[in-house]
Amino acid sequence: MKRFIFTLVIALLPASAFALSPGAQEIMTKSQAAFYYPGRDFKARMMMTLVSAGGQKRIRELTMLRKNFPGGNQKYFIYFFQPADVKDMTFMVYKYPDRNSDRWLYIPALNMVRRIAASDKRSSFVGSDFSYEDVSGRNVDEDTHTLVKEEKLGSKDCYVIKSVPKEADVEFGYKLSWIDKKTYLPLKEQYYDKRGQLLKVFTADEIKTVKGFPTITKRTMKNVQSGHSTQVIFEKADYNLGLPGNLFSERFLKQPPRKWIE
Amino acid sequence: MKFFAFLSALALFVFFAMPGSARAVNLGKDITLDGFLQGNYSADTARANPDGDYFKLAEERVQLKLDANKDPFRVFVKGDFFHDWIAGRKFDSDLREGYFEYTSGKWGATVGRQIITWGVGDLVFINDVFPKDYDAFFSGRPLEYLKKGADAVKFGVYPDFASFDVVIIPFFTPNKYPSPDRFWLFNPMPQITNRPEVEPPVSLKNTEVALRAYRQVAGFDTSVYFYRGFYRQPYAATDNPLAPTRLNLTFPELSVYGASAQGSALGGVLSLEAGYYDSRQNENGTDPFLPNSQTRMLVGYQRQPWTDFTAEVQYYVEYMQHYSEYLANLPAGIPAVPRWNDLMSLRLVQMLRHQTLKLSWFMFYSPAVGDFMLNPEVKYNFTDSVWAAVGGNVFGGGNSASQFGQLARDNNTYVQVRYEF
Repeated sequence: MKRFIFTLVIALLPASAFALSPGAQEIMTKSQAAFYYPGRDFKARMMMTLVSAGGQKRIRELTMLRKNFPGGNQKYFIYFFQPADVKDMTFMVYKYPDRNSDRWLYIPALNMVRRIAASDKRSSFVGSDFSYEDVSGRNVDEDTHTLVKEEKLGSKDCYVIKSVPKEADVEFGYKLSWIDKKTYLPLKEQYYDKRGQLLKVFTADEIKTVKGFPTITKRTMKNVQSGHSTQVIFEKADYNLGLPGNLFSERFLKQPPRKWIE
Repeated sequence: MKFFAFLSALALFVFFAMPGSARAVNLGKDITLDGFLQGNYSADTARANPDGDYFKLAEERVQLKLDANKDPFRVFVKGDFFHDWIAGRKFDSDLREGYFEYTSGKWGATVGRQIITWGVGDLVFINDVFPKDYDAFFSGRPLEYLKKGADAVKFGVYPDFASFDVVIIPFFTPNKYPSPDRFWLFNPMPQITNRPEVEPPVSLKNTEVALRAYRQVAGFDTSVYFYRGFYRQPYAATDNPLAPTRLNLTFPELSVYGASAQGSALGGVLSLEAGYYDSRQNENGTDPFLPNSQTRMLVGYQRQPWTDFTAEVQYYVEYMQHYSEYLANLPAGIPAVPRWNDLMSLRLVQMLRHQTLKLSWFMFYSPAVGDFMLNPEVKYNFTDSVWAAVGGNVFGGGNSASQFGQLARDNNTYVQVRYEF
């Protein structure tokens, strides 16, 4: 608990507080905190647009609620508005930094809550180019990080970090991340496949400050090999709403409270 | 004629799919209306139906869902209107669900026709004692049609230490089984055609009660269950065992005591469920025309070995409590079921093409009886609002009286096409 708070505090300090450039591992830890953990809780209404190589569009409209718990644990609650075949579906994740998540899916037509296996974190989230890990964060300890260089991306000073997975059970060979020195948010990521070819590119297209937290409100993940891409726009985003802990339960999966999902 | 039905449905889909991406209709801030158009056709592949037809199913269907919310109240109505091309049936409708709901912080109530699903089994039901439609399941309807609404009052009570569901069902609803017109079924006394079905009359004494208490224990979702009511499967009794002229189909009294747990284990999801079926009208097991009390147990394991692929295996077993009494009283000509009866299932699902293409394989196999059911299916989402599925149901093995063995002549291949709005 204490260590987690300490990590968060570190993450919120400006980089200039350090005489030397921080190590790559430390940068990625701060980046994770800035990207996936800000606030006590978080709510976003998202519009995901999936675009096939041929230009066909599909829509996923959802509200995501997230609450932080001690030890880096998080709970997620997702409600789907669109498309019609998943409308009113809810999805819940208990995320643990050091082991597989617990996931539940509620299917309204059967009024049924099912646990679903979650061993593969690289599986696509609702058919998009984002994996589950891209939505809820990848454990920093699963990769070896090195600071490759420091450079400007547009007008922003960035650390460029190379992350190589320690296990071979992921679809990418390594990843380059451009981490904003000011906010510690990733502005760009390039995923390379195991042959060293560019596979996917993540870009933070719009960043807004919400209740003091810099937030990526528009992002794109493009698979440059398949031509498929996904854009996510946060139509609304808010922090520290006081989400109740018991919201993340079977009862509310079946009866999602409109107060929180709308 | 059938071909025309298919063509007209197809035309209907194309017409409605034209405008492109669809959205639910908002009738004001708190009311939505949505639903789907569906074509569903299932053709016999083994031989014609007993009624001579070659289709288990050929119909077009519209479903409308009206959802009105004004916290803390909600009204939900889901109704189907369909045209059935088989057996001369024409237009018909079905109120799938229709209820009024009140929700507050610590409790809630749902009154009306509602679908209730309990337990952790994948198409194996121990503590889910609520109405089901096996005709839909065996003839290639979308899975949601396996569940039927119960006319019930459900209370949810949510103190901090656990959650409780209390279901009160004053109006009995039997399961729906494949009809003898469309399915070849085991029929031990074909000469008796007089088969009145007697449902338990509505009374305070016959009101069904189902309870579930649930909470998380050590990371597992755990539940305990109780049910007092009736078997939803009819049991046949002859009016006169020596010279029967009539089979009375009744729904014997049943109580179920059970528990389940589901959670992460062994790199996947482990499911456990058990229940004791107390056949209250046949406590000593001597009546061969009534069900024997049983203990039913299930273990399931689900895992995701690679990206977008899920495998799930289950083993289910039921144990008859009073087997020697059952054997001693079984009439000649009726094959005995084993004391231990079991069932395995395997479900494999691979999602492809950004989860628009779903390849699935489901099978039941009973090691004790040797019969099986196979259900391969391919489903493709053409757009966000149009999908189609093609699949098959193959039955066999066992004997002419066993669950799947009796359906050996009922193999079918089906098409489901749906436009959702």
